[in-house]
Amino acid sequence: MIAGIDVASILLGGIAAGTVLFIVSVGLSVTMGLMGFINLAHGAFAMFGGYIIVLAMNRAHFGFTVALALGFAATAALSVVLEQFLYRRLYRAGELDQVLLTIGLIFIFMAALTIVVGPQSQPLQLPPELGGQINLGFTQYRTYSVFLIVVGFFVVAGIWLAFERTRIGAQIRATVDNRRMAESLGINVDRLFTITFAFGSGMAGLGGGLGAEFLGLDPQYALKYLVYFLIAVSVGGLGSVVGVYYASLLLGALDFVLKLYLPKGGTIFIYVLTILLLLWRPQGLFGRKAT
Amino acid sequence: MSTEAVPLPPVAATPGLDQPAARVLMWRHHLRWWEALPWLAAVAFYFIFPDYLGFATALLVTILFALSLDLALGYAGIITLGHAAFFGAGAYTVGLLAFHGIWTEPITSLALAALAAAVIGFASGVVLLRTQGLTLLMLTLCTMALLQEAANMAHDYTGGFDGLPSLDIAPLFGFFEFNPLYADTQYLYTLAILLVCFIFIRTLVYSPFGQSLTGIRENPLRMHAVGAPVRRRLIICYTISGAIAGVAGGLWAQTNAYVNLSALDLDRAATVLIILILGGYGRLYGAFVGAAAYLALEHFLARIYPTAWQLGLGLLLVIVALYARNGLLGLGEVLWQRYFVRRAAT
Repeated sequence: MIAGIDVASILLGGIAAGTVLFIVSVGLSVTMGLMGFINLAHGAFAMFGGYIIVLAMNRAHFGFTVALALGFAATAALSVVLEQFLYRRLYRAGELDQVLLTIGLIFIFMAALTIVVGPQSQPLQLPPELGGQINLGFTQYRTYSVFLIVVGFFVVAGIWLAFERTRIGAQIRATVDNRRMAESLGINVDRLFTITFAFGSGMAGLGGGLGAEFLGLDPQYALKYLVYFLIAVSVGGLGSVVGVYYASLLLGALDFVLKLYLPKGGTIFIYVLTILLLLWRPQGLFGRKAT
Repeated sequence: MSTEAVPLPPVAATPGLDQPAARVLMWRHHLRWWEALPWLAAVAFYFIFPDYLGFATALLVTILFALSLDLALGYAGIITLGHAAFFGAGAYTVGLLAFHGIWTEPITSLALAALAAAVIGFASGVVLLRTQGLTLLMLTLCTMALLQEAANMAHDYTGGFDGLPSLDIAPLFGFFEFNPLYADTQYLYTLAILLVCFIFIRTLVYSPFGQSLTGIRENPLRMHAVGAPVRRRLIICYTISGAIAGVAGGLWAQTNAYVNLSALDLDRAATVLIILILGGYGRLYGAFVGAAAYLALEHFLARIYPTAWQLGLGLLLVIVALYARNGLLGLGEVLWQRYFVRRAAT
């Protein structure tokens, strides 16, 4: 078994899983860093987007790209509505109320999807050009995983550029560093938050669809992977895009390797590492400020 | 935030014990007439519904678990998503001792369960309580997940995913048969344990120690400034809360005669949090109201319409988070004040 699966394949598989984790979690990191809002329903947004994407392909027979765009747009739109009517009221409330609200939203999403679509798992039909294997020169590997890694690389590069080189990115960084100061300088933090929240939720929806192939997609999704999203965010550091990218890749690769060699209870190492890391650096690996 | 948060009386006013704030502080620990109601109801239930004692026992265990969380979350303001860690520690202590035939006497088993949970509470408290906010939330969550994975891995001792079935518990006081067939014994036993723990918690939260916990919840910086040993108090509170959660877990294992990984689930931790907030936290009786309302609804709705129950629960949580932050008890209090107090005033 060890001889059959070489190091490169393990790395590729882990990085592909980590990429999906990153695409889902990056929005959570930025919005939590901006507003300090503990949004446990982020996984539910990912699930919602995943359902839109998979259903658009399976039932309405849209193409893969169109379905992805649709999933992004639908999730972003829904998140803006929820943000305006529900989240906005609890910005200044305690963490407990935020946790309660977002757990409630998770239940609502899970029940609604069970009622509307059904309790069974929704399979993602990959387009034929992403099926099969691809020859990378040094090894043969699944085309879809390679596609995911490339997409993830462009996403992180794009978001990084937007963060470092655009006006709105500068505003986000300023607000994460010191919200009061940013507000005093005339940055409209509420509007900024709405924009980033919509974008981050849209990304989560995208990630839900892209990852449906190996994470599965059923109404339990929102709770099942919540701990992983939260670990990626808290280890990477709130409000840090690059931090979440590294943390996600690390988590994905570690999970992949552990599932392979220690299928029973290997995840215990992930929890131990997370606890140790958070004790060492409570703000995460790349966190900008102590939370 | 909650009505328990009474502002400290100004120093200059200390001689004037007729100040409203001073009067509240002097009288708040006195027993009210309605505090007998839950216990009378529990005794009445025993005689009126002898067929539902199994359900009622589960309710009492849940109340105790929610009470332990109230101590940490409601009074000390420690926001945790991993309280099932202590519940599970207690449950597995009882389960392992009974399954391997080491110790089966019920009351001392519970004491051992409390001890085991307290050790875990102390050890994790020393390490975790330096953090707050999201980091604390994540650390409590990971600690619980860690224990669950450990219980899963130690398959040879804990039975792993299948758990430990058909535990043999020795007769209570060496006389009363103890297994799920004798629901009345289990019910009265659980009720007695709950009463003892409740009296302990009630005394604790109204003691100077409990007052300082409330102070830490409301303003840790000011408590530091007045010289209170904030971290030490939080650790002690977390340990005691863990021990009581361990008792609840032990009772759960004893009355069900099995233990499995669900004792350490995120589901269980989230449910007890929901129950406590639904009833109203930081007010002791919130645990009673929340657990009764939740379990009754779940008992009747969840079996028939599981999806509708989930949807309804979600909507209820959103409404409570937005409009009724002090839970059902807080809502009742507001209505009571609006209706009776205003009427009395006019």
